Amino acid sequence: MNVLKCQNVCKSYKNFSMENVSFELPMGYVMGFIGENGAGKSTMIKMMLDLVRPSSGKIEVFEKDSIKNSKEIKEEIGVILDTVGFPSMFNTKDINNMMKRAYKNWNESTYWDYIKQFQLPEKKKYKEFSMGMKKKLAIAAALSHNPKLLILDEVTAGLDPIVRDEILDIFREFVSDGQHSIFISSHIISDLEKICDYVTFLHKGKLIFSMEKESLFDTYCMIRCAEEDVEAIPKSAICGIHKSGYGAEVLVKRKDVPFGFDSEPANIEEIMLFLTKHNIGEKI
Amino acid sequence: MHIIIKNTDRTPIYQQIYQQIKQQILNGTLQQDMALPSIRNLAQSLKISIITTKRAYEELERDGFVYTIAGKGCFVAKRNIEMLREDVLRQIEEHMQEIAVLASSCKLSKEDVWEMFCTIYEEES
Repeated sequence: MNVLKCQNVCKSYKNFSMENVSFELPMGYVMGFIGENGAGKSTMIKMMLDLVRPSSGKIEVFEKDSIKNSKEIKEEIGVILDTVGFPSMFNTKDINNMMKRAYKNWNESTYWDYIKQFQLPEKKKYKEFSMGMKKKLAIAAALSHNPKLLILDEVTAGLDPIVRDEILDIFREFVSDGQHSIFISSHIISDLEKICDYVTFLHKGKLIFSMEKESLFDTYCMIRCAEEDVEAIPKSAICGIHKSGYGAEVLVKRKDVPFGFDSEPANIEEIMLFLTKHNIGEKI
Repeated sequence: MHIIIKNTDRTPIYQQIYQQIKQQILNGTLQQDMALPSIRNLAQSLKISIITTKRAYEELERDGFVYTIAGKGCFVAKRNIEMLREDVLRQIEEHMQEIAVLASSCKLSKEDVWEMFCTIYEEES
């Protein structure tokens, strides 16, 4: 089953248009959603949540139409957007009281277990929370109505490496039974690289790719060589190139590189950078 | 079972897992019909993606080192002679490569090496 399915989704604003974006996320897996600022990631997420309507195309969540079944879908998803909007005077208790009225499946004991696990203070007001505490509270709130899918926008941004590691562990545990899935956008590519099974890359409103992380690493690799040696690489293989004056870094398609070239694995950050900033032509 | 993942290694993570499990099956640490950890548990423990572990297991199954029972998990397959033989052949080849490099570094001829080998081989058998 696909927990998320986008089919030819388009959205146009005055200065921005998203064109024909299609991808799917199977149940039990984690999809990382990457792209530069303004690429359309948040717009895409808002469309999944039916906060913004697509100009055309279709989005299905749990195989249900995202617009027609918006209400029942929301009962089963946990959402954290980049700004966490709890009232500033609320403490953890007030938030529990608010959330249990919002969700049918709100589970108070799950909520308090997370509050305890994250060592969040019960009396302190939300506005006095540190950045890390705010994010952890948002996670506790997003997980306490037994959601089947988490939709997360920049959830690890601004957090220290220790808290990020803790949060990634929570997400790993969440998906470990195969019934729960995560769709996560982030600029901290190293976090995504650690946790994602699928990577979806949006650039200027266009889908560059959406594929299994392992096939991504199969598809691309890096060659680092002297600038004059670039000539020897078949043109068809080169996807992006950066020349420093002392040498060249080239992102290439592995299958088009002749045997004997010394290539290195490319990481997601390199793939992203070389397909956009250092891209040559339209060889994506 | 031991699995040590090196992030500095050029070898992809799935291959590191594949090689280490395979090695432990071939040397008998993992015995026939022993259950391997589930894909999802292993991914969680190693802090890597599910898809990466899945690929390692798929390749182990493809090459006949493990078998899967739907709903139960993944188990160590029977070690067959062919598998062992191939692994030994690979090891011999590696040693020979070293010998070739060492021999040429001190200008030892093929015949000299062959003579040395014959002496050793006769002593062993």
